Amino acid sequence: MDQPDYFSVSRRGVLASGAAGLAAGSISPQVAFAASTPVAERAIAMQTVSMRINGKSETLELDTRTTLLDALREHVKLTGTKKGCDHGQCGACTVIVNGERINSCLSLAVMHEGDEVTTIEGLGTPENLHPMQAAFVKHDGYQCGYCTPGQICSAVSVLKEIADGVPSHVSAELTGPMEASNIEMRERMSGNICRCGAYSNIAEAMAEVAGERA
Amino acid sequence: MKPFSYERVSSPAEAAAAAARAGGAKFIAGGTNLLDLMKLEIETPRHLVDVTGTGLDAITETDEGGLRIGALVSNTALASDERVKRDYAVLSRAIVAGASGQLRNKATTGGNLLQRTRCPYFYDTNQACNKRKPGSGCAAKEGVSRQLGIVGVSDACIATYPGDMAVALRVLDAVVETVKADGTTRAIPLGEFHRLWGDTPHIETVLEPGEMITAVTLPKPLGGTHIYHKVRDRRSYAFALVSVAAVLDADGKGRVAIGGIAPRPWRVEAADAALPDVKAAARALTQGASPTDQNAFKIALVERTLAGVMAKARGEAA
Repeated sequence: MDQPDYFSVSRRGVLASGAAGLAAGSISPQVAFAASTPVAERAIAMQTVSMRINGKSETLELDTRTTLLDALREHVKLTGTKKGCDHGQCGACTVIVNGERINSCLSLAVMHEGDEVTTIEGLGTPENLHPMQAAFVKHDGYQCGYCTPGQICSAVSVLKEIADGVPSHVSAELTGPMEASNIEMRERMSGNICRCGAYSNIAEAMAEVAGERA
Repeated sequence: MKPFSYERVSSPAEAAAAAARAGGAKFIAGGTNLLDLMKLEIETPRHLVDVTGTGLDAITETDEGGLRIGALVSNTALASDERVKRDYAVLSRAIVAGASGQLRNKATTGGNLLQRTRCPYFYDTNQACNKRKPGSGCAAKEGVSRQLGIVGVSDACIATYPGDMAVALRVLDAVVETVKADGTTRAIPLGEFHRLWGDTPHIETVLEPGEMITAVTLPKPLGGTHIYHKVRDRRSYAFALVSVAAVLDADGKGRVAIGGIAPRPWRVEAADAALPDVKAAARALTQGASPTDQNAFKIALVERTLAGVMAKARGEAA
């Protein structure tokens, strides 16, 4: 049986069109908010920022309060990066900025002028997966998938940190080459929480990628 | 989050002047603690001065044979520096014992010194907290206080300074360099940088409003065995119940600083002098302790953690 047209509307499409509908009104949401706030003792400050996101230049006009996470999700519409706790405790928002993983929820977007940001969408595509994405699929490194983009961005960075000789709490020696051992991987991934508990499979996916690289 | 205006500056003097010009200004670098607190409206700056462009991100050698660590050097960069790993291993070890990889990539040396307490009653805006709201009382004393302080605390506040890096810096006799709004600079020994709470727990350091940290200096290397041992409820990514930073000679003499028990990294002259006698050193470190029922275990834990560190220094399994 043919599906009626309306079933082809995706959840994400509805969310995006809802936001667009608001913006298309006679007054922008930003202005409406400022005008309807009764005690507007503080003016909302706007700031322009330009950065490269997944290789593409983006210039954004943002409320200074906007985090890098909200800029990615709400303004650039890259919803792969997830908002979990919004306080730097869960790691779901992990992205790679100038080659280093950070919590995008604890960083102001306006502070990323000229930065190079890589999100899960920039690591690979469904047709051309990043080796870490392929390894997560192969080893079942997730169940619900919500923490997965952050886990993968973190995992990619962890292997780079090990290769760069960044020590961890469990490193026996501070100097010399660091090992991509299971215990190292677990320690270095402790800033990424998985409520489904896919940790052992995540460590196996990372071990496979680390092994290929070694 | 309350609205705030924002500006970037390109030198420390410009930063200090910008902060003095705008009322209610704060410096921001890594932002990992400040933004967290701004989201909860515990911190409500009207103006943010972004200091990440001030160029204070290098580690250089001093004329005295030590190191000058720029205030913007990230936790990761500091812990990974070859000179730090070789000559100040306790500092590398302390840094990697704290936070997560993501946070250490962003957190800076200057900002980490200013990390505010993790007392749950400071974070819960529905609770009384003299630090968050002076004069409102302290809900922690009758509350869940397992994690909180036992020495150097006051009737007004039993919070701890939560960081790890500063505990190592304390044992290394580090000095904090700053610039004030009028352009004058000063050097503050780390042991004098964090204030004891007393009646004013909302004032946490000796920094004046608008005064900015520019660097932390380390004296020439001490040699010895460097150990940082952190005891916590979870094995990774958790704050210390008790931590010990130690630099010890082969005979067990040396110096120790304790984290997780006081408003600042806790170092006591008499304890250093008592080493290698663990019991006497622990007694000196916890002298005058005023714990709650829930955190009295920390007195014994200081001694046990210290004993573990001494065993490790002797080459035994801790």
